[in-house]
Amino acid sequence: MVLEVKKPRPMWEILFSTHHTDVGLLYIILSLVALMIGGALAIAIRTELFLPGNQGIIPDPNTFHRIMTTHGTNMLFLWLLPFASGMGNYLIPIMVRYKDMAWPKLNAVAFWMTPMGMALVWLGMADFTWYATPPYSILRAPGPAAEMWIFGIKILGIASILGAINFIVTILKMKHPDLPLMKTSLFVWATLMTSIMILVAIPTFAAALIMLFTDRLGVSGFFNPAMGGDPIAYQHLFWFTFHPEVYIFAIPAIGMAYELIPKFSRKPIFSYQSGVAAFIVLAIVGFTSWAHHMYATGMNFTEKTVFMVGTLSAVPASAMHVFNWIATMWGGRIKFATPMSFVVGGLVLFFYAGAGGVVNAQMPLDFLTHDSYWVVGHFHLFVMGLITFAFLGFLHYMFPFITGRMYNEKAGMVTFWLLFVGVSMIFLTQHVLGLYGQPRRVFDYIAVEPLIIMNQISTVGAWITAAGSALLIGNLIGSSIKGKPADMVDPFQIGQVYYDQTRKEPHH
Amino acid sequence: MGHSTVEWVYVGVVVALLIYIGASAWDVERFLDHPPKDAKVVKVTGQQWFWTFEHEDGKKELGELHLVKGVPYVFEITSRDVNHSFNIPDLTVLMDAVPGRINHMWVMPDASGEYLIQCREYCGFSHYQMRAKLFVEEAIPVSGETEVSNIPVSVQEAKPVIANN
Repeated sequence: MVLEVKKPRPMWEILFSTHHTDVGLLYIILSLVALMIGGALAIAIRTELFLPGNQGIIPDPNTFHRIMTTHGTNMLFLWLLPFASGMGNYLIPIMVRYKDMAWPKLNAVAFWMTPMGMALVWLGMADFTWYATPPYSILRAPGPAAEMWIFGIKILGIASILGAINFIVTILKMKHPDLPLMKTSLFVWATLMTSIMILVAIPTFAAALIMLFTDRLGVSGFFNPAMGGDPIAYQHLFWFTFHPEVYIFAIPAIGMAYELIPKFSRKPIFSYQSGVAAFIVLAIVGFTSWAHHMYATGMNFTEKTVFMVGTLSAVPASAMHVFNWIATMWGGRIKFATPMSFVVGGLVLFFYAGAGGVVNAQMPLDFLTHDSYWVVGHFHLFVMGLITFAFLGFLHYMFPFITGRMYNEKAGMVTFWLLFVGVSMIFLTQHVLGLYGQPRRVFDYIAVEPLIIMNQISTVGAWITAAGSALLIGNLIGSSIKGKPADMVDPFQIGQVYYDQTRKEPHH
Repeated sequence: MGHSTVEWVYVGVVVALLIYIGASAWDVERFLDHPPKDAKVVKVTGQQWFWTFEHEDGKKELGELHLVKGVPYVFEITSRDVNHSFNIPDLTVLMDAVPGRINHMWVMPDASGEYLIQCREYCGFSHYQMRAKLFVEEAIPVSGETEVSNIPVSVQEAKPVIANN
């Protein structure tokens, strides 16, 4: 592995580099910045909801809606996607034994589009939620924030498409001839499947964004009922991209879990083939379930049934991954270092999230949970529980390889427990809030006892999570400057072989 | 790899559970999706940020809705401006109000009292306080009994499960 931070290099050398590990490092730093500032918005939202009425943390509903929109957009497109790209950049060339990505310059261009999209999203702070649903987004949402959001997302979408093409070509064409695809790491498979899904899914929403923009200009009426358009058409286009997007976020996390669990259990993966098969199945059935977000838009019985079946068909593949992880851990000599703890914690939360998903998919029950806080709790258990936990575990795991120094293991474990307790308190409680009928995206709620208590538990969980995040960042920054030099052969003392490329020449 | 038997058994169990869950959901929804023929129509219109209601007899209400216990009602839900979602959490009524469309949802209130009506789809500045009140009143005895007997038994069983809170 290449040492990025240990060897002193001028900043501009990393910034203008096209080398895959440098670009990967930039992606990772950008995504962590996004995680922290987006997390700060979430803390503000939760603190505002600690009591009914206006707490003065967020002055008015308008600001609240802008914060809520920026939080959602930021976390999905600037934390989850760039982090997965960053780790992919770092590891894919090494895992397929090539000197770099297939197109290093394109890779750097794709990265540098990301901060531009980020600037547009953050400086605009649109107020129409991350789902920008018309007619609100075309008739009532104030500009130029809405336009800035549209172009920001457009740029981020193009960046992911460029990155995805680069990954696919690197994996399929630049792979070492002696290395069959079925011998590559499951992380390579995860990145390959994610990239293919990005290529299939993103163009649909890219088109919808242009339609949304021309609708806002008033020159078209695709989604404007006053001009004969149909707002529901937008929702179909949106969810055709963004339900598969859930798997685009989740599959890299699952791939990372496949890297960590066998190493820290000191056992080979229980079944490599079923891991590959489950990835392929997920990538296909991910496209059969988009309209389960739309049961309550007036779909007829047949449509609802079709999408319920499509949604449930994604469950066996996800369950296969979970089975594979547990079977790998079974009887292994597990070392619960920070990376492994994060992955196992993520696995627990993934189970809750998946069970909640089976509930949502049922047509009658969806009318109870839809657009309520249940949904907020449910999808946060995925993105925060499974995905962010696997990402943070992987970040700790890669830390010695990237910096040449070891993070503080005790601080890492405290971080894990703070985040695990905090996240469980926030999002499991929000399921109950939803059953009490609290709608999502609300600035205030009715002052009745169950709602107040549940919101308060949730908010205290958010504060615990904030403490954990502060510790995480302190540990990462402090250890990369002053940490103990890591044992580069086996930094976690688990007697495992990591990557052959430990001995690789740093730069070409 | 020698693991295939246990994997197939596991996947088989998961699939069987999903089929069972999916089939029972389908069975419940089949009833919930088809309003009774004699249901009374109530037109529901959402706009930023209040609800208006119009009964079959032309009586209009603003911010309040009066229904009779034991009578099935079909809501014809639409919107004047942006998307809203008509929601009575205690009765599990939830249906989006979309401009240019009329969506249907039916309910038969089974207990008298005062319930909350709210908007559950983000609709702008005052989304969080776009509320109304539902008053369910006791039926006049004669008409009430005949109405109840028209409803399939399974529907009456399905309702309390979701209206529990």
